[in-house]
Amino acid sequence: MARANALEAWVGGVGAKFLQRLGDFGRFWAFAGAALSYVPVELFSRRGWRRLLPQCFAIGTQSVPVIMLTGSFVGMVLIVQGWSQFEAAGMADRLGAIVNISVAAELGPVLAGIMLAGRVGGALTAELGTMNVTEQLLALRSMGADPIRHLVTPRFLGCLLLTPLLTCYADLMGGLGAWLVFALYFRGDSGAYWEYSQQIVELWDVSTGMVKALFFGGTIGLISCYKGFHCRGGAEGVGQACTEAFVVSFIAILLLDFFLNLFLNQVYTIQWGFRSLI
Amino acid sequence: MDTKDAIIELRGVSKSFGRQRVLVDIDLKIEPGRTTVIIGRSGCGKSVLLKHVVGLLRPDRGQVLFEGQRIDDLPERRLVDIRRQISFVFQLNALFDSMSVGENIAFPMVEKTRGRLDKAKIHRLVQRCLEIVGLAGFENKRPAELSGGEKKRVALARAIALEPPPKVILYDEPTTGLDPQRADTINKLIRHLQHEFHVTGLVVTHDMHSAAEVGDRVLMLWDGRFVADGPPAAIMESREPHVHRFVRGIADDGEVLTLESAAAPASAVTSAAGSSD
Repeated sequence: MARANALEAWVGGVGAKFLQRLGDFGRFWAFAGAALSYVPVELFSRRGWRRLLPQCFAIGTQSVPVIMLTGSFVGMVLIVQGWSQFEAAGMADRLGAIVNISVAAELGPVLAGIMLAGRVGGALTAELGTMNVTEQLLALRSMGADPIRHLVTPRFLGCLLLTPLLTCYADLMGGLGAWLVFALYFRGDSGAYWEYSQQIVELWDVSTGMVKALFFGGTIGLISCYKGFHCRGGAEGVGQACTEAFVVSFIAILLLDFFLNLFLNQVYTIQWGFRSLI
Repeated sequence: MDTKDAIIELRGVSKSFGRQRVLVDIDLKIEPGRTTVIIGRSGCGKSVLLKHVVGLLRPDRGQVLFEGQRIDDLPERRLVDIRRQISFVFQLNALFDSMSVGENIAFPMVEKTRGRLDKAKIHRLVQRCLEIVGLAGFENKRPAELSGGEKKRVALARAIALEPPPKVILYDEPTTGLDPQRADTINKLIRHLQHEFHVTGLVVTHDMHSAAEVGDRVLMLWDGRFVADGPPAAIMESREPHVHRFVRGIADDGEVLTLESAAAPASAVTSAAGSSD
C-alpha cells in the first residue's frame, strides 16, 4: 500500500512538472506574440526609435570587439587544425576556401550567436529581472504603459536586426584571422587563398549565415526578456534566470541551426543541385 | 455609504496564492476625497489588496469597481484609462533606474499624451511637482544618487504628475525604511496632496503613527478579513484583542521564544549526554 502511494506520488510529481513546463512553453509563445505584435508600431513611431536606438548601441556597438575576437580565433584555429591534413593531400591552397565557407555558413553565426547569448542575453535578463523584482514592471503597468512594448520589443528588435550585422563582422574577421595564420605562420600562398575563397564561397553561403543569425538573434532576445520578466524574487532569482536564459538560448541555437541547415540545404539542392567543394 | 458614493469598491473579494488564502470575502467602500488607511501585520495581504484596486492582480472571487464600473474583468488594454486616474506609490518606490528624476516624473504624462506634449510644458510640470515635494533642482539626478527619503518624494512627485491630477493615489507602506523625521515629511505630504488636489488616498501601512497622522478612516486586516473599521482614535482605543495588540506593538503569546524555553532543550541534551557516559 505504501509502495503504491509512493509510486502514485512520484507519477503525480512527474505529471505536475510536465504540466508546469507545458504551461511555461505556452506562456512564452503568448509573450513572444505580444512582443511581435508591437514591432510595426514601434518601427513606425518616433518614440519607438527613441527606445530602439539605445538598445542598438548596447547590443550591437558594444558587442563588436568581442564578436570580432571570436571570429578571428575561429578562423585561426580552423587553419591550424586543417593545415597538416590539407597539405598532406596536396590541397593546402584550398584550405582557406573551406575555412571561409565554414565560417560564413556555420561557425560564424553559431559562435557569434552563442557569444551574444552570453553577453547580451545575460545582460537583458539581469536588467529586466532586476526591474521585475523592484516592481518597476508593475509601475509601468500601473501607469497604463505596456512593459512588453516599452522594454521587450525594442530589445527583441535590437537583437534581431544586429545579430546578422555582427555575424558579418565575425565572418570578416574569421577570414582575415585565418589568412594571417595561413600566410604568416604556415607560409601558404596568399593569392591562392583568396582566389579559391572567391571561387568556392558563394553569396548563398553568406546569406544562409545571415538567415541563421536572424533567427538566433530573435530567439536570444525573446528568451532573455521572457526569463527576466518571469524570474523569482531576489538576487538569487535574477541570477538563476540569467543562467537559464543562457542555457535555453544555447540549446535553441543548436536546434535552430540543425533544422535550418536541413531546410536550407534542401532548398539549395532543389534549386541548383549538388555542389562539390573540392 | 451607497455604492454610487464610493469611488472604489471591493465586493466579496477573495484571493489565494496556492494554498495560502490571503483575502477572504473582502467588502470595502472607499469614500472620495478622504484618506483610508489599512493596517495589519507584515505579509497579511495589504499590498495584495492594494494591487487589486488598480488591476495589477485579479480576484479569485468577487468584484472590484472604480466609480461604479467593474474593472476586475477588463482586459489589460481597457484598463489603461482607469489606471491613468489612479496613481500608485510603491513600497520600493519603483523609480526607473535608466531615467533621470525629471524623466521619471514626466513619464506618466508623456505616456498619457503619447509624447505629444511639448517639452516646455513637461518641464514646467516636472518643476512644479518637484517644488511640491521639496526637491527643486533634482531633475537631472539619477535614482541611484538619491537617499531613501528623496526616492520616496520623487515617487510621490511622479504620482501627482498628471493633468488633470489623479483621482486616487495608492500608497504602499509609504514610510517604511525612513527615519521618524523623513516619515513625518511623507505623512505631511500625503495630507497636503489630499487637500491640494482633493485626491482620494488609500494607504497600507503598519506604521501606527503614520496611520493616525494621515488617516480619516482606519481598517485592520487580519487573517484575510477586516476586524476593525473606524476613525483613527477609535482604532487606537479598540479593545478587540488583535487590534489592541497590534496597535500597541505587543507580540502574540507563543510567538516569542523566551530565554528559559530556549535554554531548556539545550540543557536537556547536555544532561542526556552526561547520563550516558
